[in-house]
Amino acid sequence: MMNNKRPGRGGDGGDHVTGPVRTDPAILAEGLTVVRGARTVLRGLAFAVPRGQITGLLGPSGCGKSTLMRAVVGTQAKVTGTLCVLGHPAGAPALRSRIGYVTQDPSVYDDLTVRQNLEYFAAVLDPGRGPAAERRRDHVTRAIADVDLASHADSLAGNLSGGQRSRVSLAVALLGTPELLVLDEPTVGLDPVLRRDLWNLFHTIAAERGAAILVSSHVMDEAERCDRLLLMREGEILADDTPRALRTRTGSDTVEAAFLHLVDEATARSPAPRSPR
Amino acid sequence: MNPHRTLATAARVLRQLRHDPRSIALMVLVPCAMLLLLRYVFDGDPRTFDSIGASLLGIFPLITMFLVTSIATLRERTSGTLERLLAMPLGKGDLIAGYALAFGALAVVQSALATGLALWALGLDVTGSAWLLLLVALLDALLGTALGLFVSAFAASEFQAVQFMPAVIFPQLLLCGLFAPRPSMQPVLEGISDVLPMSYAVDGMNEVLRHPDITGDFVRDAVIVAACAVLVLGLGAATLRRRTA
Repeated sequence: MMNNKRPGRGGDGGDHVTGPVRTDPAILAEGLTVVRGARTVLRGLAFAVPRGQITGLLGPSGCGKSTLMRAVVGTQAKVTGTLCVLGHPAGAPALRSRIGYVTQDPSVYDDLTVRQNLEYFAAVLDPGRGPAAERRRDHVTRAIADVDLASHADSLAGNLSGGQRSRVSLAVALLGTPELLVLDEPTVGLDPVLRRDLWNLFHTIAAERGAAILVSSHVMDEAERCDRLLLMREGEILADDTPRALRTRTGSDTVEAAFLHLVDEATARSPAPRSPR
Repeated sequence: MNPHRTLATAARVLRQLRHDPRSIALMVLVPCAMLLLLRYVFDGDPRTFDSIGASLLGIFPLITMFLVTSIATLRERTSGTLERLLAMPLGKGDLIAGYALAFGALAVVQSALATGLALWALGLDVTGSAWLLLLVALLDALLGTALGLFVSAFAASEFQAVQFMPAVIFPQLLLCGLFAPRPSMQPVLEGISDVLPMSYAVDGMNEVLRHPDITGDFVRDAVIVAACAVLVLGLGAATLRRRTA
């Protein structure tokens, strides 16, 4: 299944494993606000996402998780406040090859095979011939193995199941050596075995490469697998802590119960703005 | 812009097409079938076939590439792959040039087949060089690609994208001099036809039809079509936004 042994990589990748441990956060937000149309989707968020860990972004659908992720990746318009990603303002050209991004709907070419999809995106990330081509071949093979699609490498993406297509999309994000992985609900529609394997893969990537992983989910049981959690509701962050600390603080047995507790608390403090303007 | 990324994009677009042989067959064979039809529609009037046939050799690639490009780029926008690419280190110019190269290559095949068929099998009588016909056809294809790329930004669905065909192409078709010589049109219409690029595509074809050498008018027509293509490609690039709402 998922190979945890990662082949040696050329290019700019090697130093993330052996280099000095970076302690500055991968993402640092201060007063982060996003407006879409007449609606304020994110309202003055402040949070930090550390390197080498998995940070879960949890909250009900429509609470602004995807918008936050798009702001981090730099594809969201009308972002105000401070949003610093890997030492640059979010969306800076220097970041484009350092972030792996998976959108909620798989964004791959249905009329290309799995391998052809990866080969193209690899060529965008690491263009050129000779050594670059060899590097790309390694990266493509490894990414396909990472998401366990080796047996479907030559199938058209359009002929795969929904879960398989989202894994192709994930494999694209794993290409190169991203220092930050932004994954928008990457495990939706996958069976429990695959979900476990992918989470193991995420932990391996965070631990071995020191990459920061920001992963969103609305399935609360996945929260227990994260190192840190950002709990969101209606464009605001309710809590930013480890799962254990959250459970302890709220006196709950599960993260789900802790989340509900925090929601009730927040509602009691100030009635939630139901239709934010 | 990076030549490797541009070429990788062009190769990717061609690979996508290769998985769709029916589309390739339609693109390449339909113009030939239309020319064949036209030849026997004007069976008793070969002079008319000469002039309409030569104009159509320039118009087919424009229409085909317009349709193919507008749908292909719209799919790129709606499938999320455009957002993914623009979050990666791909220049907008790389994407646009990649598409133009891929569909340009296809246009060469299409135009070569159609021109060859018209000249050698259907007896299209051209005074000038067949290579010049091919050159104009290629420029027209580029113009079609550019227009398709540009309008795809204004279409929210494939359904709308197809509707842009009559909106953008038909007026040019009516005013380009195919149905009536442009100087004989109502002056306002003639004025409009003077600013529509397809008029120059058809004028260029007619120059090749009538003159053995490269005329000054031919050069002017070719340059205008090429300049329009580049201008619209630039406008198309401007519609690609890295940040969207």
